[in-house]
Amino acid sequence: MANWAEISEGQELPVLKKNCTSQQLVQWAAGSGDFYQIHYDQDFAKSTGLSGIIVHGALKNAFLGQLVHDWAGNNARIKKYGCSYRGMDLPNEDILCKGVVKRKYEENGEKLVDVEVWTEQANGTKTTPGFATVKFL
Amino acid sequence: MTEAAAEPLITDAMRATIGQRSEPTISEVTTTGVRMFARSVGHVDPVFYDVEEAKKAGYRSLPAPAGYLGTPVYDPRYNDATFGGRRGQGPGPQPSRPLTRILNGGTEVEYFDDICAGDVLTAVGYTSDIQERAGSIGQMLITTSKTEYTNQDGKLVAVMTGTGIRY
Repeated sequence: MANWAEISEGQELPVLKKNCTSQQLVQWAAGSGDFYQIHYDQDFAKSTGLSGIIVHGALKNAFLGQLVHDWAGNNARIKKYGCSYRGMDLPNEDILCKGVVKRKYEENGEKLVDVEVWTEQANGTKTTPGFATVKFL
Repeated sequence: MTEAAAEPLITDAMRATIGQRSEPTISEVTTTGVRMFARSVGHVDPVFYDVEEAKKAGYRSLPAPAGYLGTPVYDPRYNDATFGGRRGQGPGPQPSRPLTRILNGGTEVEYFDDICAGDVLTAVGYTSDIQERAGSIGQMLITTSKTEYTNQDGKLVAVMTGTGIRY
């Protein structure tokens, strides 16, 4: 759990490693309510021109949320976060969720930290660049 | 190509929809919903699973994990079986020529207060911006939509911004 006093700009967040099984994609479909078949039905996915099923963009967004939560802990709250979906990720391949502290500051009496976050494939390709602003209590 | 670029995709009818607010929909945040979402992401913090742990950590009940804004109430009379959203809301007025492909460009959420199990959120959406841009995949229509989530006490707790790309 990050401690405000010890946070410094340039600090890296502990890497969160994900590797989605098809089971996890089915769990996400149920958890999020998005049952689009390209995420769990190989034949359907291929019929749309994909090479196979792909990981939901919103699941990667949630992974980045977990990355920030696990680092910041419960004495902090995510004020704002988001990401862009720039590339597809496949099941059974590593998705490395990473982040780095960009700015630590106080504004309107709040202790804030801006972090840059992203998901990265094993070959270094960043598919989901994003950001988060975290408020420390 | 020059001919396609000469005709703007965005029509006056499309511009007129900017800011038009949707009918409200209800999204429930329940202990079961939070656990299911947290489990599917792979969250390991017990605050998402154990109400006592959540209270010890300062939450009213299980907190909604990042990205979870409750489960929209589903009713087969009104909701889409695949995506769960209200049927018939569609993409709105069509551009000057048909665009058949859709990409999810990105998601952003801004929070104004804790969202915890037990909360009932009222969601109202609107299109906040429509742009067109030429990219590697040709002429693209970029639609920014916002959804405002208000809790049972009438407090705005989150705004989700989604970017849709059609080409």
